[in-house]
Amino acid sequence: MTAVVTAPRAARHRPAVVEMVIEHARLWALFLVVVVWVAIWAVTQGQDTLALSASAITDTHRQLQDASNWVEDAASSGSSVWVNAANNFADWINSVFEWLQHIFTVPEFPRPLPQIGWLGTIALAALVTFAVAGWRSLLLVVPSFLAFGFLGYWTDSIDLLLVTGIAVVIAAAVGIPLGLWMGHSKVVTAIVTPVLDFMQTMPSFVYLLPISILFGIGAAAAIIVTLIYATPPVVRITAHGIRTLPAGVMEATASMGQSRRQRLTKVELPLAKRTIIVGINQTMMAALSMATIAAFIDGPGLGQPVLDGLKRGQLGTSFVAGIAIVIMAIMLDRTTTAASVRSEQASRADQAHTALRRGALGAGAIGTLVALYLSHNYVWANEFPSSPDLGTPIRNKVDDFGQWLLTDVSSLTTSIETTFTEKFLNPVQSLIAESPWYVTAAAFALIAVIVGGMRAFLFTVVCLAGIYYLDLWNFAMITLTSVLVATAIVVLLAVVVGVWMGRSRVVDRIIRPFLDAGQTMPPFVFLIPIFILFGPNRFTAMVAGIIYAAPVAIKLVADGIRGVSTETVEAAESSGTNKWQMITKVQLPMSRGSLLLATNQGLLYVLSMVVIGGMAGAGALGFDIVHGFRNSSYVGRGLAAGISVVLLGIMLDRITTYGAERAQRSQDSSGRTAARWRKVLRLSPAPQGLAHG
Amino acid sequence: MRVKRTQAVLAAVAAAMALTLSACGGGSIQNAKQPAGSKDCGDLNMAVNPWVGYEANAYVVGYIAQTKLGCTVNYKDLDEQVSWKGFGNGTVDVVIENWGHPELQKKYMASKGGDGTAVDAGLTGNDGVIGWYVPPWMKDKYPDITDWHNLNKYASLFKTPESGDLGTFYDGDPGFVTNDEALVKNLNLNYKVVFTGSETALIEAFRKAEENKTPMIGYFYEPQWFLAEVPLVKVNLPKYTPGCDSDPTKVACDYPPYPLNKVVSKDFADSGSPAYTLVKNFNWNNDDQNLVAKYIAQDQMDPEEAAKKWVDANQDKVNAWLKGTGVTS
Amino acid sequence: MTQTENRPQAENAAPEGTDLALRVESLWKIFGPRADKIIGTPDADLSRADLKRKTGCVVGVRDVSFEVAPGEVFVVMGLSGSGKSTLVRCLTRLIEPTAGKVEVGGVDVSNASESQLRDLRRHHVSMVFQHFGLLPHRQVIDNVAYGLEVRGMGRKERRAKAEEVVGLVGLDGYERSYPDQLSGGMQQRVGLARALAGDPDILLFDEPFSALDPLIRRDMQNEVIRLHHELGKTMVFITHDLQEALKLGDRILIMRDGALVQLGTPDEVVAAPADDYVRDFTSEVPRSHVLTLRWVMREPRDDDSLEGPVMSPDTIVRQAARAALASDHPVRVMEEGRLIGIVDDDAILRMVVAETDAPDEDGVPA
Repeated sequence: MTAVVTAPRAARHRPAVVEMVIEHARLWALFLVVVVWVAIWAVTQGQDTLALSASAITDTHRQLQDASNWVEDAASSGSSVWVNAANNFADWINSVFEWLQHIFTVPEFPRPLPQIGWLGTIALAALVTFAVAGWRSLLLVVPSFLAFGFLGYWTDSIDLLLVTGIAVVIAAAVGIPLGLWMGHSKVVTAIVTPVLDFMQTMPSFVYLLPISILFGIGAAAAIIVTLIYATPPVVRITAHGIRTLPAGVMEATASMGQSRRQRLTKVELPLAKRTIIVGINQTMMAALSMATIAAFIDGPGLGQPVLDGLKRGQLGTSFVAGIAIVIMAIMLDRTTTAASVRSEQASRADQAHTALRRGALGAGAIGTLVALYLSHNYVWANEFPSSPDLGTPIRNKVDDFGQWLLTDVSSLTTSIETTFTEKFLNPVQSLIAESPWYVTAAAFALIAVIVGGMRAFLFTVVCLAGIYYLDLWNFAMITLTSVLVATAIVVLLAVVVGVWMGRSRVVDRIIRPFLDAGQTMPPFVFLIPIFILFGPNRFTAMVAGIIYAAPVAIKLVADGIRGVSTETVEAAESSGTNKWQMITKVQLPMSRGSLLLATNQGLLYVLSMVVIGGMAGAGALGFDIVHGFRNSSYVGRGLAAGISVVLLGIMLDRITTYGAERAQRSQDSSGRTAARWRKVLRLSPAPQGLAHG
Repeated sequence: MRVKRTQAVLAAVAAAMALTLSACGGGSIQNAKQPAGSKDCGDLNMAVNPWVGYEANAYVVGYIAQTKLGCTVNYKDLDEQVSWKGFGNGTVDVVIENWGHPELQKKYMASKGGDGTAVDAGLTGNDGVIGWYVPPWMKDKYPDITDWHNLNKYASLFKTPESGDLGTFYDGDPGFVTNDEALVKNLNLNYKVVFTGSETALIEAFRKAEENKTPMIGYFYEPQWFLAEVPLVKVNLPKYTPGCDSDPTKVACDYPPYPLNKVVSKDFADSGSPAYTLVKNFNWNNDDQNLVAKYIAQDQMDPEEAAKKWVDANQDKVNAWLKGTGVTS
Repeated sequence: MTQTENRPQAENAAPEGTDLALRVESLWKIFGPRADKIIGTPDADLSRADLKRKTGCVVGVRDVSFEVAPGEVFVVMGLSGSGKSTLVRCLTRLIEPTAGKVEVGGVDVSNASESQLRDLRRHHVSMVFQHFGLLPHRQVIDNVAYGLEVRGMGRKERRAKAEEVVGLVGLDGYERSYPDQLSGGMQQRVGLARALAGDPDILLFDEPFSALDPLIRRDMQNEVIRLHHELGKTMVFITHDLQEALKLGDRILIMRDGALVQLGTPDEVVAAPADDYVRDFTSEVPRSHVLTLRWVMREPRDDDSLEGPVMSPDTIVRQAARAALASDHPVRVMEEGRLIGIVDDDAILRMVVAETDAPDEDGVPA
């Protein structure tokens, strides 16, 4: 048995004994740092914490405010070429969106209904789906569209589809060429990557206001906000696709004397097509996840009823709109996945098959034309029927559920919250946020060096210096505490549930749809129930973060466990390993790569919930950001808080990434695959595709 | 094979559609007629700030503008800062309920030294009250809690893990005017202000406090539909006198009364649109607003339906607002 | 080794004429930062490991020169990491050489512009790769036609041409298949066809058969021999397999650590290894299959019988064995009508027997 257990270790360069000593040395060093830190904290607690009142504004904040005002003034005066270009771009997007809206959702006077109603829209969607993804996807797409209507959100759903569609088209138009360029040039990669990191970690609330000032209120601002967050995945994944093209093919075709253009069009694009579609899929999911946030600046679509429910205290309203978003996400995800598979099959279809398909498409097109005609001319085919109404019963059930939580469950859950906060969260927060700032900084720098080496140390020092400079040290540390504790819980959940799923296909099949839904449901929807359960405080904010981050982490671990080679598992079994030993000594160690990736992604996902945490009583940086968005006197401080969040994100990402690289040099191939995906997805806390879980 | 089947299905669908087409004679879409209106109203861009009372104002005015004046009303879900900004570039015409916002006035109102894109359009008739509130059960159990002098006596009741040894005082949406940190300090209260960060969080917390009979004290305001569900009780802070809140760090008095007003864009005010006259005339009381807000929040009516219901029942008020627009209903 | 004095001088020059297919002169490839600064300094003489330690640079090819005649099959052989694949890539600048000169058909490749280089690759030199490098999304016919396509040839024309070449390499009937539907051997035939389709002057092979099963490898080697006979193309063939090198090569260049160790005909390499490295390589080769009589004959003496069979010095020992042993008299080795040596039964037996008895030993009895 020992032989089996040591087998993966034997593959390393260093002998196992040396490895263990080093590993333990690292653990001991960490332990020592924490002990010393606690000792210092015990005597210095409360000194030099750099705490700042929630309403205070410092010079740094004022400078940021001035910078922001300057942009704003430039925008209103319209003097700058850039601002004019921005306006023209916004006008162009708005006119495209309005044109589409007049076709599908908004009547144009004197017509009382849009040009094309539900029947035509569904027929059109079905035709497109059939053409790009095959007939099987119709079984998902048509019922999804019907569900939008029956849930009572036909118009909002179509609006959201239009916004997402425009955003994805622009993201692809910009992102794919940029990704291609990055794939070819290390210089471009080095320049663009930090920008992408920034785009993905900067909380959107920080730029909601400037964007709506620059681009005006309306669909354009919503689309641009969406673009900032949703473009990076397609860029990164396209670049990854180009970098990982088979070197042999590239060389062989180069030896034939192709030009650059020929290389691009005849070799690279066809070969990377599937990866690029994965990138588009990711971008689409990220765009959808912005629906609710965009609704804060009047972004059209399903985000608006989610926020309506929130401001009216109606759990059911938010939830039903949330379900529609989940359905849309799953529909788009599965359809683009099917389209990417099809893109390869289709080119290989034999001629008879192709002819049949063309025929079917032709028939479908005729059917669609008929449907469009009906939909344009008849009320019944234009206005979505008001019955059956699925939305109201669900809404009522959910509201009843909320009432039940309030009356029967909330006192129990409140005591859980109190105990956890007092016994666990407060002590940890006291250590991190109430030690003198230089003690905490030194402790993190040391931890970074132990876990991730010199590079992690450098990043940590730079990021902490930045946070110090931004005058929000104490709030940043409070936020950091919540993020770390929440991530610990996410990882724990990921291990428990992930192992369970990884070991049983049945469990996997039952749990996975819930994870998909949890990942795509807008976090705003589950704010009300957790308010009911736990009240407004840091714990509630952590729960929101955990709910949002856990699905990704769980999936990653489950896939890692499943990825352990059957041969290894069989070998372990044949030597009499019991179930517990199998999990702890074989499956978990061998899926270490996935575990580390789950930790990294968990951190970034939790961090991306900081602002929502600020709306849930967590205070600290999240509150500052919301404050800056809601109150023009605090724009500078909000900006400072946003940058602090970015710095925290970069610091945590680099520590875990370099730590992971260290921990798994010469790991098994599953670990390497995970590491590779981490590189691609690094800092992309977008809802990762449901596809490649 | 598969494709053949698909083809057959699609063909059948097409055929069925063609049949329906010939069978369905009625129900074809007719163009709408121009509603009775004196002047051409055009577009009315109505900002909808994120609270229900505001929605009540906005949709009632919007509903009247649409049905009586023939305006095309565009409701824009925006918060205050963005709404005011929109006056300048024509994307927002009306903010129909404004809570003071001296910082925005200073930026956009000519009378306050701003760029002049925003213009006051009179009071809404609603009286805004901001203050400190406790759930009703506490008033019943601790009748003297409504006097701020007694707050320190009860501070231990309000202890939570968020505030350590102090009592927790809950603040709401950071967009709303607040002096609470200064008040706690200047009145020497043993409380710590905890920022819930949103109105929803605050409302759910009060709801829960009343339901479970747990102590809670926090920032709240009227008119607010939630008060119809849970009639929170206001705590009396030192009386407001004009000027007592001039230095925000030294505030030690209650919030001033907020006579809520309407703000419109300069261009809209100068346009001569009948909608402007309507907005200017619009005036109702807190009970009116609370009723419509209740329709929306508690009865879960669509805001437009809620507006219609109220308008149908209050024709006399509506008629008064329509004076000068050239339309009577 | 008594025969040493007879060993022909190994030369880098091509066997005949000045009309060369390929000329390589002092070619260097050093990987790493500021590699071009190293050549000409004493660092250039450091061993690979030392240079790596000192400068972080790795030597791929170290000062290699050779010439290839038209129609010749020129084999470059070495273990993995010896720089042979780098060398062949430098010939068409798939890898940019650090220093030195490459001429193809008299044209200087080293300083060719991008468009000249493209022209060279399109029309004059084609390459066959170890891992085939086929485009997975294209049918066989379009893979084969790729080179023609990038030249700008019309679809109909190039497909017709590709069709022809597909037939030439024995892939009739597979034109519409996709690469992943073919076995490794068949895929390499596609690779071969692709290289042939452009009708190049020179074919480069980079270990083309090492990823294939032994039986298929033998078929493919024969295929190359057949094509060489039919088309007479100049070929530069990279391999790590000595058997393959001996079987195909007119001449063999042996590399180690990026440098040329020995260049010679197959029998030269086997009979007179330049150093232990080469000796190690050749130790398992059945010498009688490779060596010619030139390597086993002794000086004629006055008392030699003049009745033995007459043979050329280039006759392979194994081919001579039967006739030599059947005759009672030793074989007379004649070149240009002159007796240059005598091979007696003992000499032949020594070689054949030594091989069967002790294949691990040097093979040449003292």
